[in-house]
Amino acid sequence: MSSNTMNLTLKVWKQKNSQDTGHFETYQVKNISDEMSFLEMFDVLNEELIAEGKEPITFDHDCREGICGACSMYIDGKPHGPWLANTTCQLHMRAYKDGDTIVVEPWRANAFPVIKDLMVDRTAFDRIIQAGGYISVNTGNAQDANNLPIEKQLADDSFAAAACIGCGACVAACKNSSAMLFLSAKVSHLALLPQGEPERKIRVTNMLAQMDKEGFGACTNTGACEAVCPKEISLTNISRLNKEYLLAGLTSEK
Amino acid sequence: MKWSEFFTSSIGKKFVMSLTGLFLISFLIIHASINACIFADLPIFDSNDNGEIFNKAAHFMGATILIRILEYGLFVGLLLHVYQGYLLTVQNKAKRKVGYAVNLGNRGSKWYSRSMGLLGTLILLFLVVHLAHFWVKARFTHTLAPISYNGKEMHDMFSEMKMVFSNPLVVVIYVLGCISLAYHLAHGFQSAFRTIGVHNNRYNIMLTSLGYGFAIIVPLVFALMPIAMYLGWVA
Amino acid sequence: MLNSKIPSGPLDQKWTEFKGHCKLVNPANKRKLEIIIVGTGLAGASAASSLGELGYKVKAFCFQDSPRRAHSIAAQGGINAAKNYQNDGDSVFRLFYDTIKGGDYRAREANVHRLAEVSGNIIDQCVAAGVPFAREYGGLLSNRSFGGTQVQRTFYAAGQTGQQLLIGAYQSLERQVALGNVTMYSRHEMLDIVKIDGKARGIIARNLVTGKLERHFGHAVLLCSGGYGNVFYLSTNAMGSNVTAAWKAHLKGAFFGNPCFTQIHPTCIPVSGDHQSKLTLMSESLRNDGRIWVPKKQNDTRRPNEIPEEERDYYLERRYPAFGNLVPRDVASRAAKERCDAGYGVGTSKQAVYLDYADAIHRYGKGEVNKRNLENVSEEEVIRLGKEVVKEKYGNLFDMYEKITGENPYEVPMRIYPAVHYTMGGLWVDYELMTSVQGLYCLGEANFSDHGANRLGASALMQGLADGYFVIPYTIGNYLADEIMTKAIPTDHPAFVEAEKEVADRINRLMNIKGKQSVESLHKRLGKIMWDKCGMARNEAGLKEAIVEIQALRKEFWSDLRIPGTIEEMNPELDKANRVADFIELGELMCLDALNRRESCGGHFREESQTEEGEAKRNDDEFSYVAAWEYKGEHQWELHKEALNFEVAKPTQRSYK
Repeated sequence: MSSNTMNLTLKVWKQKNSQDTGHFETYQVKNISDEMSFLEMFDVLNEELIAEGKEPITFDHDCREGICGACSMYIDGKPHGPWLANTTCQLHMRAYKDGDTIVVEPWRANAFPVIKDLMVDRTAFDRIIQAGGYISVNTGNAQDANNLPIEKQLADDSFAAAACIGCGACVAACKNSSAMLFLSAKVSHLALLPQGEPERKIRVTNMLAQMDKEGFGACTNTGACEAVCPKEISLTNISRLNKEYLLAGLTSEK
Repeated sequence: MKWSEFFTSSIGKKFVMSLTGLFLISFLIIHASINACIFADLPIFDSNDNGEIFNKAAHFMGATILIRILEYGLFVGLLLHVYQGYLLTVQNKAKRKVGYAVNLGNRGSKWYSRSMGLLGTLILLFLVVHLAHFWVKARFTHTLAPISYNGKEMHDMFSEMKMVFSNPLVVVIYVLGCISLAYHLAHGFQSAFRTIGVHNNRYNIMLTSLGYGFAIIVPLVFALMPIAMYLGWVA
Repeated sequence: MLNSKIPSGPLDQKWTEFKGHCKLVNPANKRKLEIIIVGTGLAGASAASSLGELGYKVKAFCFQDSPRRAHSIAAQGGINAAKNYQNDGDSVFRLFYDTIKGGDYRAREANVHRLAEVSGNIIDQCVAAGVPFAREYGGLLSNRSFGGTQVQRTFYAAGQTGQQLLIGAYQSLERQVALGNVTMYSRHEMLDIVKIDGKARGIIARNLVTGKLERHFGHAVLLCSGGYGNVFYLSTNAMGSNVTAAWKAHLKGAFFGNPCFTQIHPTCIPVSGDHQSKLTLMSESLRNDGRIWVPKKQNDTRRPNEIPEEERDYYLERRYPAFGNLVPRDVASRAAKERCDAGYGVGTSKQAVYLDYADAIHRYGKGEVNKRNLENVSEEEVIRLGKEVVKEKYGNLFDMYEKITGENPYEVPMRIYPAVHYTMGGLWVDYELMTSVQGLYCLGEANFSDHGANRLGASALMQGLADGYFVIPYTIGNYLADEIMTKAIPTDHPAFVEAEKEVADRINRLMNIKGKQSVESLHKRLGKIMWDKCGMARNEAGLKEAIVEIQALRKEFWSDLRIPGTIEEMNPELDKANRVADFIELGELMCLDALNRRESCGGHFREESQTEEGEAKRNDDEFSYVAAWEYKGEHQWELHKEALNFEVAKPTQRSYK
């Protein structure tokens, strides 16, 4: 309930559009309450910029409760900022003190081109899902839900992988700009369930091919993705993805 | 999936790295074991050995046809590992054309896991020196002094080692090479198993500990050889 | 004028009857029919995938960067279904009855019964599509109770049910995109409906990245654009949630049903200052174990732990001994407001009450001591054990609270306050989900249909998926069967040209105001008017004032707004301005509707209509109808009443004493 205020220096990436080369701009923000969220601090700054007749900073955000995966700031070298298992929108200014300088950059990867300022294009993730991140069942074809018992542990593991919010922090943190954690979360979610069994091989084959095509790098198991994941998706999923892919590749009939 | 697709996919490429890496790891075990024979000369074992066991073991490795064939395999594996490693490093790096002003650094991963290309390069450079010191002389130029045990003549590798490791600069280079290898293994060992798909939590924990153990023990054994020779622990 | 097209016959046969006799479109013809879907949350994504599977040519639009971000994702608690897996007496009828009663008898019986009928299919469908619901050790699905119902019918996936369901629908949608049946337009915002010969035939959408306007034709248009809670500025909705699509449809002839019915959720994290941009919900499940209280003394500034037991007022337990802390959402919200207004509020803002877990921690701790057969256990040890149990049950919620407030809820009581959460009102639709414009449909939270004046917990997800998966695939055929001869209308048709021009003109007008105030500041002021005068309690004088204030605000908006940047680029301020302009107009209609409804029902509490004890008093004689408002021009609406006839669920007064 304490309410301290602080003055901060922000170095924020500004880039007019995808063609622009972009640059850092320095802003001073004053009287920031430590009860504000990080994005509310940006709101305050933007209001000031508008009042001064300047261009506000563009960034992605929507639910502001850490679940939609829209927010995507690379804060002082870390996706979603200093807190563990957290999204930018849930980062609060208590994390900072008066006089701090904060550097904010967009996600950087060829596969995530900058749209404007801190906003990037993550539709590559949608296309990876299109390549096979689903179970092919049409509406109305389902049997009774309890006809298919699923071991609790498997259901829990599957859920833990399915908790991925598709924010792209894993790609942003990875030195190889690899989307393996994202991909492996989806592959694991579906491979762990019996419903996912029939399409298991074709799914992993096509999804990986799409990931490569989108221009993401290969995984070198450094674990940076796991460390910054707001939903704590485990690196183990990548091992599982590898297994699924090797099985599909080595047992392929063609 | 065609083989071409498989091996050019990002996981396929890693798979090659992993298999060749594990193959090289298995070679390290043999190499370290054979070389450890020099320690037979330590006073606690037999101070009159004077490298006999080691020379015999080295001779066995050089004179057995099967092992000579495996040697070709080793080189193929090594070259694949090096080639694929550089390819991956370059390709991965190219996936982020515009870099960050502030980097995540050690907050997300260990420095050596991000420096496998660099560590590998150091090991490769060391390897050139190392091969020139012993392997080239033993296989091609045959400039090693002969020694005979029970009438059987062979290279006196032991004496050659003593000579090479009498130069402190060489000892330092070898120790640095072993340190590079240690860090390379610290990440490479467990990463290789992850890449071939070991996702069982129990085994992962086991393999991680095993990996660190391996990364410490094997390079340590290697590093002790030049040190032991230089300091005269084995004569 | 209003034809709700409810099929004849007994209530439980209506849907079967409809399905048996509605018109069908043959597969070859489906390929020629184009359908536009605006919004890709649960309703939109499930509709897009189902219609794509049937073979229609679907175009889906969302303003987010991906359909996976729609705000359905934020639903925490669960989804109801009348499966009766728990053998506790649940049935389709029970779910139907609970929903009608929970909605305070202001919903249409036929729609609600259909919702209850298809609820089971939803669970089957979601499981088949790979939604990882919580399971028991035997491998079967787990249920929990929710929102004061007497049976366990809520299916859940930890505290992330909405996320899992949306991802399931999103994956089905992406599958149809891959198959070429659905074309996805993300970062696109619908800015107008195109009507030709009285039928909806397309939309004008703005590509938010380039700022360019696009024309899209469709034989039918489906609006699945969610609720309008952001009219209050502060709500649990996402920042981008808006009324624009529905409002444009309203201006083009779609009636707006019960706009004043808003759900205020009692357990949200309170506002911490003027900077606040949105509010965060804490799952209703917290009321299962927590006790709600305020100090007995006004303006008590002591820390909560310093206030002795006898100086605490557990006002819900005092006022509603039978239900205590588990009264329905609307009742709990009003009671909190009453205490805070009377000066008993806590925290710096004095707009909060305590939700205390100390008792529960102690109780669970004792339970653990018994369970583990421990002896001579110290008080600290009991508390420690109790905290462990609470952590297991509510850990993620407690963590979230701590992230936002910086306080540890295991040690200090949480501060909570009601916040706008859901809007039961929306575009008026008939039984087939068609609005009063031919060929224009509305699904999910965006329509008014199933929740009456108050929605029960875990029913929003159910309705979104019911509409998208199991209702629209049948009902849309009934309309499109007569459209098979209609060829795709080229988008250079005068109606498209005119609609696009209207949109372009409006955007130009907005950009050329070049005033001084930001969109955000004006939106905040609208929110304050709405919250103060059309919020948890409403009265005639306040509503009349609000209408005047909103009209003045609207003038100010259109004369003093400042939008930086240009039109043909990514310009979030312009996007917001487009939305807030519509919110202002909607705000006026909400107040008008609230003014008209001189009764208290569900989330709508008119101070003039209450019992002596201050409880809501419904007036069935005069107000048992759906208020469907027709837009007649600026500040002018005509009210159409759809009478509600309760043949099966006879209205009674709700009491929780």
